[in-house]
Amino acid sequence: MGFLDYAPAPESTSVLNLQKEYGLFIGGEFVDGHGSAFATVSPSTEEVIATVAEATEADVDKAIAAARKAYDKTWSRMSGSERGKYLFRIARILQERARELAVAETLDNGKPIRETRDVDIPLVAAWFFYYAGWADKLEYAGAGPNPKALGVAAQIIPWNFPLLMLAWKIAPALAAGNTVVLKPAETTPLTALLFAEICQQADLPAGVVNIVTGAGATGAALVAHPDINKVAFTGSTPVGRNIAQTLAGSSTKVTLELGGKGANIIFDDAAIDQAIEGVVSGIFFNQGHVCCAGSRLLVQENIHDDVVSRLQRRLSTLRLGDPLDKNTDIGAVNSKAQLARITELANSGDEEGAHRWSAACEIPARGFWFPPTVFTDVQTSHRIAREEIFGPVLSVMTFRTPDEAVAKANNTPYGLSAGIWTEKASRMLAIADKLRAGVIWANTFNKFDPASPFGGYKESGYGREGGRHGLFPYLESSDWTKGGR
Amino acid sequence: MMTRVPAVHQTPRSQTILGGSPTEKALKRFLEGIPGVDTIGAEARAAGFNTRSLKTSSKVWGLNTIISMVDLTTLEGADTPGKVRTLAKKATMPDPLDLSAPSVAAVCVYGDMVAETRAALGEWHVSKRPDGVAVAAVATAFPSGRASLPVKIMDTEFAVSEGADEIDMVIDRGAFLAGKMGLVFDQIVQVKEACQRPDGSYAHLKVILETGELATLDNVRRASWLAILAGADFIKTSTGKVQPAATLPVTTTMLEVIRDWHGMTGEKIGMKPAGGIRASKDALRYLVAVAETVGEEWLTPDLFRFGASSLLNDVVMQRQKMTTGHYSGPDYVSVD
Repeated sequence: MGFLDYAPAPESTSVLNLQKEYGLFIGGEFVDGHGSAFATVSPSTEEVIATVAEATEADVDKAIAAARKAYDKTWSRMSGSERGKYLFRIARILQERARELAVAETLDNGKPIRETRDVDIPLVAAWFFYYAGWADKLEYAGAGPNPKALGVAAQIIPWNFPLLMLAWKIAPALAAGNTVVLKPAETTPLTALLFAEICQQADLPAGVVNIVTGAGATGAALVAHPDINKVAFTGSTPVGRNIAQTLAGSSTKVTLELGGKGANIIFDDAAIDQAIEGVVSGIFFNQGHVCCAGSRLLVQENIHDDVVSRLQRRLSTLRLGDPLDKNTDIGAVNSKAQLARITELANSGDEEGAHRWSAACEIPARGFWFPPTVFTDVQTSHRIAREEIFGPVLSVMTFRTPDEAVAKANNTPYGLSAGIWTEKASRMLAIADKLRAGVIWANTFNKFDPASPFGGYKESGYGREGGRHGLFPYLESSDWTKGGR
Repeated sequence: MMTRVPAVHQTPRSQTILGGSPTEKALKRFLEGIPGVDTIGAEARAAGFNTRSLKTSSKVWGLNTIISMVDLTTLEGADTPGKVRTLAKKATMPDPLDLSAPSVAAVCVYGDMVAETRAALGEWHVSKRPDGVAVAAVATAFPSGRASLPVKIMDTEFAVSEGADEIDMVIDRGAFLAGKMGLVFDQIVQVKEACQRPDGSYAHLKVILETGELATLDNVRRASWLAILAGADFIKTSTGKVQPAATLPVTTTMLEVIRDWHGMTGEKIGMKPAGGIRASKDALRYLVAVAETVGEEWLTPDLFRFGASSLLNDVVMQRQKMTTGHYSGPDYVSVD
């Protein structure tokens, strides 16, 4: 045992008080679902954490009816400052129960406790605090005069940042005066159900927030329902495309936050050690289950070898294992299906001629794991350079000139994120201007703030979340609807 | 006798890295060509080290290792033979209640206290036993370094002749900030020469960059390269007389240079953060930074030291807690 094999430092789960079974949260109460209940398992141990109800079409109908009633009778009549009070209260409870939520998220998702404790949950609270402040200031958001809520919002979120994506969806919707029906991902429903308890604890009026659990069929029922005014979806591009087709021609508004194949561009004058840190955080944070991950590394050819060897050295210090251990850097892949997809795409890298390197780490016997992996000799035509892997796999390519860097970075149907690493500010600004990506980080990566809008170009979706821009999809100017603009 | 140094001296290291002779221009060009350091990124990395959680066996090993790496220091105008003797005794038995606690690495004093310190160590001097304690002396007009080169050299020669095993010199920060890289380089080379003993062996040379006065991490990185090229055995952050003294981002930046130097040449340079590290918890974070930046093989007193005084008592108290299961208190460790 060397010093770097830090002794186990597990976070205690005693703070958690979970039920064995969870129903649907409709009209302020937990009710039985009428589909076939399913288990949510811990991806690091494959043990069942709890059984969760599946919402059928009829259950979804009930949830939407509850949301409609809450909108008509309560929420739309309440002043902005009153709505804000509820949101502030929720934000404070989220902070009070932060440790419990971090443990639950780690258990259910497989991501390291270090991340849920230091990133996910603090951002969740920050999102609610931020939008709570907007609730009585909507007129100044820039959404036009006399902004009004849309009504009932159907929201579908992914499994990579379960509670954070819930916050991104629910906080602006409620601040703007909408009521919501939210469906968490089927592999990570736990923190959404704990959030339902928090809504009760905060005395949020019944029906303002409804949580329906289930898989694709539940989501499809939600999206196809005639009595919704708005759909907000974060997830894969194929599903997003289906939603857009379903809603085409209807009056339901829609925002989609979809996949990405972000490029991190390192110029030869970059602060190299910090660039390496940024690349590592860009693709290995949250096991690479990040839509804005920097999954492609574009490195100036004259420093390629140096960058790759520094990267490999750094990756060798990452610790893969028990997500509840405070020293774990790389947790479990969220599901068997996702592991299979990562494995399949990584194998295609081998087959197409790229060179695979993986950090030497012991893979636990149970659970779903994939070691941090770097592919070099990747060509722009390779699948691993084009398709979203959504796992801890980095594809390294080279460029010779700034124009080539831009051309290669933009050579993707996606356009969610990009990173630039250079000590030359004029070059940084010139490159940022030419990149077609919704978020561009310079000399940093994966930084989030509720005040900053986030969203994609091209097939990475449309609409913006975060900031005052994140309110617009949930508001319409009453003057515009009367024809004045 | 005052002589001006006509050309920059050559060292085997500068020969390896710069090729030809290390002219002022060549040195400057080399140091300016080194990639920069992004301060925000460096601070974020250091904050990452702080989140490591060291428990049970890792903590015990860490605390013992920290004790063995301490350069127990007294550098006051009021230092007396009595004070130095107290410190020397403490160096050999840091925990009077538990003699299994390791001895520290060295006692660090001003040059005129070297003989007294060696005498006080007696059989515990490192020359007498492998786990013994070395004597380190600060030299070269410590802490400001504002003296003529002959004075700096004499200061060093005196400490070595009195029996110092290690010399902690300061660089000329004024010259560095004025861009006179060759001057800084030459002074280190000549002080290194002054470290030579009559038998041909050398006292170990630690080069203090006084990073609090260099201000930027870019400067810290350049000064680290400069010191290593000129012949430093160790690079050291601070005198302890200037704030800020050692910080984790600064230490990490210096460790990155040591790592890169090792990668280029296979040679291992030592690192010594000094000043401001008072709590065990902080010292443990430095061990994490060392292990994760340069590797575990640096976790030895031969390659890593803490320049500290009050840190030792805190580590001893934490160690007592780990062995007895309860906290003792300041009355159960020795004052110095």
